[in-house]
Amino acid sequence: MKKFMNSADDFLKESLQGFGAAHQDIVNCHYDPSFITRATPTKEGKVALISGGGSGHEPMHGGLVGYGMLDAACPGFVFSSPTPDQMLAAAEKVDSGAGVLFIVKNYSGDVMNFQMAAEMMQGPNESVLTNDDVAVEDSSFTTGRRGVAATVVVEKIVGSLAEHGGSLQECKALGDKVNKNSGSMGVAFSSCTVPAAGKPNFDIGDDEMEFGVGIHGEPGRRRDKMKSAQEITNELLEAINEDLKPEANEEILLFVNGMGGTPLTELYLIYDNAKNMLDKKNIKISRSLVGNYCTSLEMQGASITLTKLDEELLKHWDSSVHTAAMRWGV
Amino acid sequence: MSVNFLIHRAKEIQAVIDANASEIEKLDQEIGDGDHIFNVQRGIKLVIELEAVIKDLPMSKALNQIAMKVLSGIGGSSGALFGTLFMTMAKGNDIDNGVDYKKAIEIFADGVEAVKQRGKADVGEKTMMDVLIPVSNCLKKGVEDNKDVKEILQEAIEVAEKGMFSTKDLLATKGRASFLGERAKGHIDPGARSSQLMIKTVCESVLNS
Repeated sequence: MKKFMNSADDFLKESLQGFGAAHQDIVNCHYDPSFITRATPTKEGKVALISGGGSGHEPMHGGLVGYGMLDAACPGFVFSSPTPDQMLAAAEKVDSGAGVLFIVKNYSGDVMNFQMAAEMMQGPNESVLTNDDVAVEDSSFTTGRRGVAATVVVEKIVGSLAEHGGSLQECKALGDKVNKNSGSMGVAFSSCTVPAAGKPNFDIGDDEMEFGVGIHGEPGRRRDKMKSAQEITNELLEAINEDLKPEANEEILLFVNGMGGTPLTELYLIYDNAKNMLDKKNIKISRSLVGNYCTSLEMQGASITLTKLDEELLKHWDSSVHTAAMRWGV
Repeated sequence: MSVNFLIHRAKEIQAVIDANASEIEKLDQEIGDGDHIFNVQRGIKLVIELEAVIKDLPMSKALNQIAMKVLSGIGGSSGALFGTLFMTMAKGNDIDNGVDYKKAIEIFADGVEAVKQRGKADVGEKTMMDVLIPVSNCLKKGVEDNKDVKEILQEAIEVAEKGMFSTKDLLATKGRASFLGERAKGHIDPGARSSQLMIKTVCESVLNS
């Protein structure tokens, strides 16, 4: 394992300290328990948005704290859910009286810990559970689909509604709608190494890829031989389209997300290949996002997320945002 | 069962888990995300470090401290599930006036039921519940049938082992292993293995005392 680190124990703390110092105009980092808030307090009457999850997916979620998006984020250990004490401390800090909306990726650890926090919390709160990953079928025999990159889209759009005075119930409803309107699927070429573990999470051959991979490198649909970018992109989009069923002329957001170890050069190439296929199907790409937003440490790979956009979603996607990882309109 | 008993069992569990750490880690890397052993080791260490704080506390307060420590210190599913176990045990009726083996079994069984609700997992889903639920049932039945405590614990050790091995041929439907589908078959669930080891350690320790 080669990593920039001094000791596995201090890995997260030092990273969080650096993040806080680099973006002190946007965020405040708190420790014991750890959580990240905006540098300025929540406006009175504004619903507070709190998300969180295991670390190792940066910039999600700390990099999404700021005007127009989250009010707080709770980072867990690498690939391990944050805990109720973090969520309660964050809620106490950012709740301005209008309630707290928890945005939670559908992973059992996250769900259980956020659920316990919600049970222990005094004030009004709701949760949006994202489950956009189409790789694993939803059925009564599974914990359901995983929440992955579309969580970024949910946080952007609901963040805008909260900023513009949406109520707790309205924010929850919009979050559920964006999640329902979104589908994602990823592929990995290499594994990733959790610092405390010191060795790769899984083995994968030089000529292999994990198709439908999750954001911790956990297996997806199948192990395949490597293919061309266009073939991989087509297969990812076909899987998403089968689930999302966008209609011809429907407007969508095309989000090409890097897993951490794939250069932007390749992400834009995927974008080009995805556009080829979507153009053929007359699906209108009206908004785009390309970059590393929901990562899996140093994993080589990428995911594609499509979100069907209507006027309401477009408006909130376009509104101003000022976070460490996303900034426009300000 | 006293607070001192809990601390001593935690120390014994630490030794057994450490001795089996690489096996558990390997099981988790095959079907999970490889963090289970670290969570378990961290949790046990945190509980042992609580010794000075809890050794003179009443049972309910000691169990609650353990619950909060495990909950905040482990994280992930393990933290929430073990936190739920201890938090429920802390709510046991009248436990500050002494806990005999019948009471200990009663609060353990209540705890296991709460964990089952929290994780929404039952027997047959390739999780630690394949060990905990049968063990809880076996302990309760032993008390109902007025069996000797040594006989009950001996049976619990066997039931735990059987439950742990049963996960090998199961299809996972909960937790990260569920994303593997058929590929998870043939692997013992790491959570089932670690909880089986913990139960075996506690039961054997009582049997040998």
